[in-house]
Amino acid sequence: MRGNFAKITKILSAGVVAAGLLASASAKAAEDTIKVGILHSLSGTMAISETTLKDVMLMLIDEQNAKGGLLGKKLEAVVVDPASNWPLFAEKARELISKDKVAAVFGCWTSVSRKSVLPVFSELDNILFYPVQYEGEESERNVFYTGAAPNQQAIPAVDYLMSADGGSVKRWVLEGTDYVYPRTTNKILEAYLKSKGVPAEDIMVNYTPFGFSDWQTEVSAIKKFGSAGKKTAVVSTVNGDANVPFYKELGNQGVKAEDIPVMAFSVGEEELAGLDTGPLVGHLAAWNYFESVDTPENKKFIDNWHKFIKNDKRTTNDPMEAHYIGFNMWVKAVEKAGTTDPDKVIDAMVGVSVPNLTGGYSTMMPNHHITKPVLIGEIQADGQFETVSQTPGLVMGDEWSDYLPDSKDLISDWRAPLSCGNFNVATGKCGGKGTN
Amino acid sequence: MLLLRAIGLMLLLTMAGLTPSKAAEADLRATIAKFAAATGFSATEAVVRELAASGDPAVERPLSALAAGNLYIRKSDSQVFVGKEAGDGIELLDPLSGEETADAAKADLTKIKVNNGLRRTIRDALGTLTLRAKDASVRLAAAATMFKTPDAANIEPLDAAIAAETDPGVKTLFEQARAASVVVSDKPEADKLAAVSIIAARGDRDALSLLTSVDANGQGAVKDAAAAAIGNINSKLALWDAGQNIWYGVSLGSVLLLAAIGLAITFGVMGVINMAHGEMVMLGAYTTFVVQQVIRTSFPGLFDWSLAIALPLAFLVAALVGLAIERGIIRFLYGRPLETLLATWGVSLVLQQAVRTIFGPTNQEVGNPSWMSGSFDVGQLAITWNRLWILVFALLVFAVLLYVMKRTAWGLQMRAVTANRRMAASMGIRTQWVDALTFALGSGIAGIAGVALSQIDNVSPNLGRGYIIDSFMVVVFGGVGNLWGTLVGAFSLGIVNKFLEPYAGAVLGKIVVLVLIILFIQKRPRGLFALKGRAVEA
Repeated sequence: MRGNFAKITKILSAGVVAAGLLASASAKAAEDTIKVGILHSLSGTMAISETTLKDVMLMLIDEQNAKGGLLGKKLEAVVVDPASNWPLFAEKARELISKDKVAAVFGCWTSVSRKSVLPVFSELDNILFYPVQYEGEESERNVFYTGAAPNQQAIPAVDYLMSADGGSVKRWVLEGTDYVYPRTTNKILEAYLKSKGVPAEDIMVNYTPFGFSDWQTEVSAIKKFGSAGKKTAVVSTVNGDANVPFYKELGNQGVKAEDIPVMAFSVGEEELAGLDTGPLVGHLAAWNYFESVDTPENKKFIDNWHKFIKNDKRTTNDPMEAHYIGFNMWVKAVEKAGTTDPDKVIDAMVGVSVPNLTGGYSTMMPNHHITKPVLIGEIQADGQFETVSQTPGLVMGDEWSDYLPDSKDLISDWRAPLSCGNFNVATGKCGGKGTN
Repeated sequence: MLLLRAIGLMLLLTMAGLTPSKAAEADLRATIAKFAAATGFSATEAVVRELAASGDPAVERPLSALAAGNLYIRKSDSQVFVGKEAGDGIELLDPLSGEETADAAKADLTKIKVNNGLRRTIRDALGTLTLRAKDASVRLAAAATMFKTPDAANIEPLDAAIAAETDPGVKTLFEQARAASVVVSDKPEADKLAAVSIIAARGDRDALSLLTSVDANGQGAVKDAAAAAIGNINSKLALWDAGQNIWYGVSLGSVLLLAAIGLAITFGVMGVINMAHGEMVMLGAYTTFVVQQVIRTSFPGLFDWSLAIALPLAFLVAALVGLAIERGIIRFLYGRPLETLLATWGVSLVLQQAVRTIFGPTNQEVGNPSWMSGSFDVGQLAITWNRLWILVFALLVFAVLLYVMKRTAWGLQMRAVTANRRMAASMGIRTQWVDALTFALGSGIAGIAGVALSQIDNVSPNLGRGYIIDSFMVVVFGGVGNLWGTLVGAFSLGIVNKFLEPYAGAVLGKIVVLVLIILFIQKRPRGLFALKGRAVEA
């Protein structure tokens, strides 16, 4: 039974590949366009998050075309569906670059899908814009990271909880889904908390499988851990689908934000859309963007989004803003370089600065990460976040964490003389290794 | 949040006759006006404390409005109002009297921001203010809040409240709250010792939390008494923990049972390896979503009945789809398990993508009716209503199914066909239709399982994926073709899982369970309750 099952999944995925190849063959178009690849899962488990990003890219490309295109040419989107299948991401990326000859690719969500396409992008020398918050410990010449690095999300979030405003938390539960992002983030957070003098017995780390739905034991363990007479908070790196049952169980077991707040790094407006947020008011999330941010740029973006998707109930979220920033940066860099040739665009990208949606400017740094403000929001009864804290200035993405022993000596600088993603300042050599 | 609102409502009722004197009211208004100038949470908190210090019950209205995020400042004249959503705009109410004064557009108002810290401060302040409320549940809530936030300043109002209290239950809680405040005060040691024993008698996690901090900060006899009490409570709680694991296991078992019971028919009785089983569950959940959508827009009063309405519909939808699958595909594939597996896998992909296309890839919100929300305590065990109802429901479905299989003519025909098809046919049973209806029954049961699972899980196109492996595991472990085996299998897997989880963690726990099952199947390939006879050979 089990052996057969494995064989069958293999046959099936081969079938899916074949179907995908057929579908993308139709993406042929006229010669005088600039093609932009969109590599987001439209089916399978990740479709829930990634489909929205495909839509927002189509909207941005439409808007750019309405403004007259780029370098006098129209932009053309090439959409492929890697179907939440990690090896298929690499195949689809190869197809976009070699067959469709796209100028840049916007895509990926999970870290494992990004890792799977990295070799393709460096081999075929193209550009990937990666829009999701991630665990860091990476800097590639061909990738631009427009989502948050841990120091742009996790560390400020913990700082907030430790502050008087956040409740002077002394005891920490690090709850995560069992895969690379939560594990690395929690490793960084544990080191950071210990550096702040939190004793080991005041930190509880727990992992659950993907799509976990029975949270009774975990929530009561959190309640138990929280009844030690010290202010307790949960830092949640629980991923996607598992969040809804997690929050439902929290609400049902009466864990209130005033007593044990939950700070989430993967819960945005989109995830809350499937929930009755009444019992969750006051739980927190840390992002670089909230739909509720009150700026003219954001209002325009939301209006355009509602018009484009023809549904004014659809929410916007942080990875969408990341694509907005990434796409505008790419447009600006192409205009600066006067060509879409990836090599020239990569060099032109560093230093490019475009408005973000929270009322400031984001700049591409030499380490291929961007500067962003960090916002802490509390969940409201209407499913939106209300910003309760914001970093005073912009925070620069730090790819190699200062709190991990292996990576604290590493830096990344892709500008001409150094041109290295993992330069070890202690040994003075390029080619250090991080923790991952 | 709800609690605060409830307190607010209660207070409104109790204070209907009371109006503050003119001078006091003017003072309060002056204080409330300070909200407009307060920038930042700490400034707002100072105003809240000032209001609370007045001790006037009238401040309850603006404070609970603030906690609920309903306190606004009008931009034009910096006046403070309680806001109430009314269509596109906001209705402005006087913060003290609650009388309607004007309407305003959202753009003309600034909402006063609150955070958890402020909500806590307000909750504590309201606790003291509502000690003498007429409604016993409000006093209970006040006592519970004060127990959690002990403060030497609380002792005096609590003494007065205890003297005036007539309800014995509330009085006990007041005394516990007083004891909590005594141990943090600078009262003599004898008082503190008495207080520690009162707290220890409470014996729950809140008491434990309080005693732990007493143990950490106290000295001498008080510290020793607290340490002894902690030991006592911990040993009692350890027993409750075991009870809790059993309950969680039973609850997980009921979910597994619900998910697997339809499969126990299609796979267990008919022998069809139905990989689209999970999608039947998903269809049931989406039916619930559609029913709730219709109720929300057209008949909001019926919301608490939405699940009852969804049940028969979910059964019908899933049964019809099941019927179509059986008639369209599976009937050509009987006796070819590998092809059936592939075909139903394909069907599951088609159904998933169809739902994704129609409803979109994102989660849909399925609400809990009021009778399925929240929890109640049995001793130190918090039992959530939704889990309890799902357990009851799972057992009910099981009983009905057992009755159909064992006591009705249709059930007899079903069993006859699976036991010996040719013999049954020669007795005049239309085996083809029995096959179709049996498959439809199994699918329909999966559909109503979806209604229940929509209450605890995501309603997304991937819903079924999460249950298919577990369902097969339960049916194979319990013994193919035996409904009782499915029942026992589901509950034993649930309980084993939940006993492993606290020690091994959820990830390792699941692996251990899988390994155990593999070993078990090696020993007994036909599962717990092997069916004797020809059916198993098929």
